[in-house]
Amino acid sequence: MSTIPYDFPDAHGHFGPYGGVFVAETLFGALDELKAAYAAAQADPAFRAEYEYELKHFVGRPSPIYHAKRWSELLGGAQIYLKREDLNHTGAHKVNNCIGQALLAKRMGKPRVIAETGAGQHGVATATVAARYGFECVVYMGSEDVRRQAANVYRMKLLGAKVVPVESGSKTLKDALNEAMRDWVTNIHNTFYIIGTVAGPHPYPMLVRDFQKIIGEECLEQMPEMTGRQPDAVIAAVGGGSNAMGIFYPYINQENVRLIGVEAAGDGVDTGRHAASLTAGVPGVLHGNRTYLLQDEDGQIIETHSVSAGLDYPGVGPEHAWLKDIGRAEYQPIRDDEALKAFHDLCRLEGIIPALESSHALAYAAKLAPTLPKDKILLVNLSGRGDKDMHTVAEKSGIQF
Amino acid sequence: MSRIQQTFARLDGQGRKALIPFITAGDPDAALTLPLMHALVEAGADVIELGVPFSDPMADGPTIQRASERALAKGMTLRKVLQLVGEFRKTDATTPVVLMGYANPIEAMGLEKFAQAASTVGVDGVLVVDYPPEEAAKFGAAMQACGMDPIFLIAPTSTVERIAQVAKIASGYVYYVSLAGVTGSGALNVDAVAERLPAIRAQTGLPVGVGFGIRDAATAARIAAFADAVVVGSRIIEEIEKSTVETACANVRTLVAEIRRGVDEVKK
Ligand SMILES: Cc1ncc(COP(=O)(O)O)c(C=O)c1O
Repeated sequence: MSTIPYDFPDAHGHFGPYGGVFVAETLFGALDELKAAYAAAQADPAFRAEYEYELKHFVGRPSPIYHAKRWSELLGGAQIYLKREDLNHTGAHKVNNCIGQALLAKRMGKPRVIAETGAGQHGVATATVAARYGFECVVYMGSEDVRRQAANVYRMKLLGAKVVPVESGSKTLKDALNEAMRDWVTNIHNTFYIIGTVAGPHPYPMLVRDFQKIIGEECLEQMPEMTGRQPDAVIAAVGGGSNAMGIFYPYINQENVRLIGVEAAGDGVDTGRHAASLTAGVPGVLHGNRTYLLQDEDGQIIETHSVSAGLDYPGVGPEHAWLKDIGRAEYQPIRDDEALKAFHDLCRLEGIIPALESSHALAYAAKLAPTLPKDKILLVNLSGRGDKDMHTVAEKSGIQF
Repeated sequence: MSRIQQTFARLDGQGRKALIPFITAGDPDAALTLPLMHALVEAGADVIELGVPFSDPMADGPTIQRASERALAKGMTLRKVLQLVGEFRKTDATTPVVLMGYANPIEAMGLEKFAQAASTVGVDGVLVVDYPPEEAAKFGAAMQACGMDPIFLIAPTSTVERIAQVAKIASGYVYYVSLAGVTGSGALNVDAVAERLPAIRAQTGLPVGVGFGIRDAATAARIAAFADAVVVGSRIIEEIEKSTVETACANVRTLVAEIRRGVDEVKK
C-alpha cells in the first residue's frame, strides 16, 4: 500500500492555517509547562509502559473488531466492521485520553484535575481516572446539560467528583469549556486541565490525538488478521473529533484508505438546527485554536442542535479542518432521524446498543455500504455504548419509563 | 504622534499617571454607551478601553461575562461598536479609545476591513485578548498599516523571552495583567506587581499599564506609584449593574472620580 508523508502539527501547533495557540497571555505559563512535561513523558519509556499497562488492565484494551454480518447482509453491499470502543471501561473511547492525561498530571505533581463535559461521558471518564489516581476532581457542565444528563451527573458524584453547573452563555458544552479554562488560569499551580477532545490550544489537539491513536494502531494490526487487508474506508463520528482522529491518524499515510468523518446534521443542515461545523461552518477562532466554526455574520458563536449531546459542539478539532482542506478526509452530515434508525438497526440486528454519537457513523456506513460491492470493507469506530442514551431514545419514540 | 502617545507625553509633563477605565460597549444597552464614555472622560479618564462583546469571553470573570451577555442580548455587534466610536469622536477628538475583545468577531469582519473601518472612525488601539504575539503577525501589520496601536498583555507568568517578543511588536502601551486569573478576580498582590515591573521596563520603553483586580482608590494609588497607567474594569461594570439607566452615568462618574483622586495622589 502506498504511503504519503504527513507531519502535523508544526512546532507552534499549526495544522496549515488551523490550530495554534489563541489564548490570553495568562495561560502561556501553563501551556509551556504542559508542553515540556509532555515532551519529557514521550521520551520516557516508563511513561509509555504505564499508559499501556493501564489501558490493558484498567480499560480492557485492546478492544476487539466485530464483523456486523447480519446488518451488512441486509444492507446488501460492503462488509461493515465495528471497532468496539463501546467495550472500554466507562463505555466509550474517552477514557483512553483521560488515562494519558491523568498520568501526565501525576508526573507533573498536580493534585487536582478539572474537565469540561457535555453529555457527561468525558466527565465520567475524568472522574473515574481521578478516583483511580487519587486526584481531587472538578467537572464543569452547562446547567442545561446537568438537567438533561442527570444519570451521568450522579455517576460523577458517585466517583467523588464535584460537578459545577455553568450558567453563562448558552449553558452547554462550549460554556463549560470556557469555565474550565478560567478555573485553570486561576489555579495553574495545582491543577491539570484534562480536555476531552482534540480541541483547545496547542498542545491539546496533538496530545489528545496521541492518546487516542491507540484505536487506529490496533486496527492496523487487527484488520489484516481478520480480513487479510486494511479496510477501504474508515468511518467515525465527529463532535470535537477525538474518536475520529484516534482511528484516522494511523491511516492518514495510507492513501488507499478513505477517511470519512460524520457530523451531526440535527434536523438537517439547511434548517440551521445542526452541529455540522465542517459542512456548514467557516474558519474562525474559538477555545484557543483556529478551525471551522458555526457562527453568525458578526462572529458570535451560535448554538448547535443534535440528538446526541456529545456531537453538540459549534467547533471541531483543527486537524480535521486541515484534513478537510487538503482533501485527505471527507466529512458527511447525518440527521437525527438517520442516526436513530441506525441505532435501532444495530440493536435489533446485532445485539449492540450503540451511543447516539456513534450511531451517526453507523448511519453513514449504512448509506455507503449498499453503493459498494460485497467485497469492500468499511471500518466504523463504534466510539461508545448507548446505555447513557436510553432516556433520549425513549423520549424520541414517545415512550416513558 | 498618535493620540495615545500624546496622552502619555502630556501626563508625563504633568508628572501624572494615566487612568484607563473599561466598559463593555452596549452594556446595559447601546443608548447608554456614549453618555457613559463622556462621563468617564469628565471623571478623569485619560484613555477609554471599550469592550467588544463576544459570546465566549474565555479570559473574563463573571462580571465582564455578564456585561457581554447583556450587550449581546441587546444586539451589540462589532459594526455598531465602531459606529459608537465614530459618534464619540464627533464631540471628543482627544481621548484615545482602545477596543478590547476577542479575535473571532474581528476575523469575521476581516482583519484589513476591520483595521480600515476602525481607524476611519477614530479608534486608537486594539487589544485582542486571544492574539498572543505568536499569532498576531497579520493583526499587528494590519493595525500599523492603518496607524493604530496593537496593545498586548504581559502576565506574571510571562518569561523574559515572551516579554521581549511583545516589546518587538507592541506600540501605544503594554498592559500588565496583575494576577494569574480572569478579569475581576480579587487576589491582587501589589508588591508582587511592583517587583515584576523592572523586568518589563528592561525590555520596552512603552508606558506600562496595570490592570485586573484594581477596585478602589487606595489600590489605584499604590499601583500608580510605579505603573504608568491604572486600568479599572470589573468594578465599573459592577457600578453600572447596581445602577438604573437614569443613575448609571452619575454613579460611574462618582466612582471614577474617586479612583482618579487615588491615581493623582502619587503626583508630587
Ligand atoms: C461515545 C462518544 N462518541 C463520540 C463523542 C464525540 O466526541 P469526539 O468527536 O471527540 O470523539 C462523544 C462525546 O461525548 C462520545 O461520548
